[in-house]
Amino acid sequence: MTYLLKGDTGEWEVVIGLEVHAQVISESKLFSAASTSFGSEPNDNVAFLDAGMPGMLPVVNQTCVAQAVRTGLGLKAKINHRSVFARKNYFYADLPLGYQISQYDAPIVGEGTLVLDMPDGSSRSVGIERLHLEQDAGKSIHDIHPTKSFIDFNRAGVALMEIVSKPDLRSPEEAGAYLRKLQSILRYLGTCDANMEEGNMRCDANVSVRPKGSTELRTRCEIKNVNSVRLVMQAIEHEARRHIAVYEAGGTIKQETRLYDPNRGETRSMRSKEFAHDYRYFPDPDLLPLEFDDAFVAAIQKTLPELPDDKKDRFIKSYGLTAYDAGVLVAEKDTAAYFEEVAKGRDPKAASNWVISNLFGLLNKLNVDIAKSPISAHQLGQLLDLIKDNTISGRIAKDVFEIMAETGKDPAAIVQERGLKQVTDTGAIEQAVDQVLAANADKVAQFRAGKEQVLGWFVGQVMKATQGKANPAMCQALLRKKLAP
Amino acid sequence: MTIDKATVQRIAMLARIDVSEADQDAMAKELSGIMNWIEQLKEVNTDAVAPMTGGTDMKLAWRADAVADGAQPDKVLANAPDRHEAFFAVPKVVE
Repeated sequence: MTYLLKGDTGEWEVVIGLEVHAQVISESKLFSAASTSFGSEPNDNVAFLDAGMPGMLPVVNQTCVAQAVRTGLGLKAKINHRSVFARKNYFYADLPLGYQISQYDAPIVGEGTLVLDMPDGSSRSVGIERLHLEQDAGKSIHDIHPTKSFIDFNRAGVALMEIVSKPDLRSPEEAGAYLRKLQSILRYLGTCDANMEEGNMRCDANVSVRPKGSTELRTRCEIKNVNSVRLVMQAIEHEARRHIAVYEAGGTIKQETRLYDPNRGETRSMRSKEFAHDYRYFPDPDLLPLEFDDAFVAAIQKTLPELPDDKKDRFIKSYGLTAYDAGVLVAEKDTAAYFEEVAKGRDPKAASNWVISNLFGLLNKLNVDIAKSPISAHQLGQLLDLIKDNTISGRIAKDVFEIMAETGKDPAAIVQERGLKQVTDTGAIEQAVDQVLAANADKVAQFRAGKEQVLGWFVGQVMKATQGKANPAMCQALLRKKLAP
Repeated sequence: MTIDKATVQRIAMLARIDVSEADQDAMAKELSGIMNWIEQLKEVNTDAVAPMTGGTDMKLAWRADAVADGAQPDKVLANAPDRHEAFFAVPKVVE
């Protein structure tokens, strides 16, 4: 299963570490009382502190601290009861203070773990190095004016959690699985919306390569701000191939920050960041160390929901689902809740199949998430009941499902209105069976000569003759009886 | 520890301070003096002393998560050398 890239000199292993910036869900900013709401007029959510005005002092937001602790607990990580805010110094137009208040050698959350759910159903643990709190920067708009950039500080000072993985990831697929799992956990916890396309979760990837079998860590490059899981995966592969090409040509890799250009399928150096690694961190003299006691952490612990890994285990154990199906169902909290409502008092395997195959198909087609599903969990449950008590066949159920999606009506009403009730009247089915047998004497002979497969064809013909309303089990029984020599 | 002229130039560049060629030698000497003084301080054994974080016996103040500031774009932009509507305008910075 190891992911290896083939070069001219041999096979190469890829070593990946991810830094994720997750915007904290809170009403106001990390150190100022300005709003965090999205889509306001430019510079409307700006306190003087956020604009870098002199004489302003930062005061930490207790909800942001609690959210960071909550996320740390969700990542089974060490919570540091004492952490220190530090200034990270650099100049950029979107950073009015000239430094970002961040955390350096004493972060609020230490080492943790995250379990990757791979597409083949297997899982693997990867290490979390740390999580720290810091301020977001403002937003620059470059495309309005030919020679000027416009700056909006509404986002400046909003709390971010920077979540750093250990260099434990070995393939673009694992990087993708890591990001998806992190999104899932953050959403369960309610600490971040974790939407990469909308920018409230952003990812930088550290990539290096080494010859297969080696355990060294070579020079890494950091690829900045790639805005979807798919693009992160692509960028990693391109960057790894670039490293291999450089090494195989006898060159060396320089540690630098690079940007991924998805149109060209290549990364390029960000020259403006040449000196960016000299941040001259020092403890922020405006802020005392951030301290809290066990009771603070315990109170947050008590409010944690059942997290995806625990839910997945429970779905496997109590519903008998496969690891893969359970993984798919628990990825989003709403999906898991929907499934559980459908499965309540019903066959869990059938519920899981209907949700994963039919409902997901429908939601994809409509491009809506499960909260906006035109078919409620209650209604899908009713549909399963109609199949279970033989009111309709599985085949008709698929048609009813389509009609439910279009009309929003209850399945029983649709079956009633459109006369889709399954025919369980032996007489009616017998009549159809007789007609089909009479019209296909050759096939009857084939069956009697030992060709068992023909039975399926006969069932199909009878279903067709009854517009799918015949009970398939009854059809089959009747056919067997009549075909017996 | 001695701070040489090249280090002075680098620090000046990182801090966006324009230090003229003529001042750089004097600056290097001054900074070296500060560094030497810090080296002397480092000779004191502080293994059992917690780092000092302030001069008073205070804890970090926390605030409740409530919106109580903002909605003042004109005040925020009052000193801006250049603006466009409610945006700050700066020379183009783009990769």
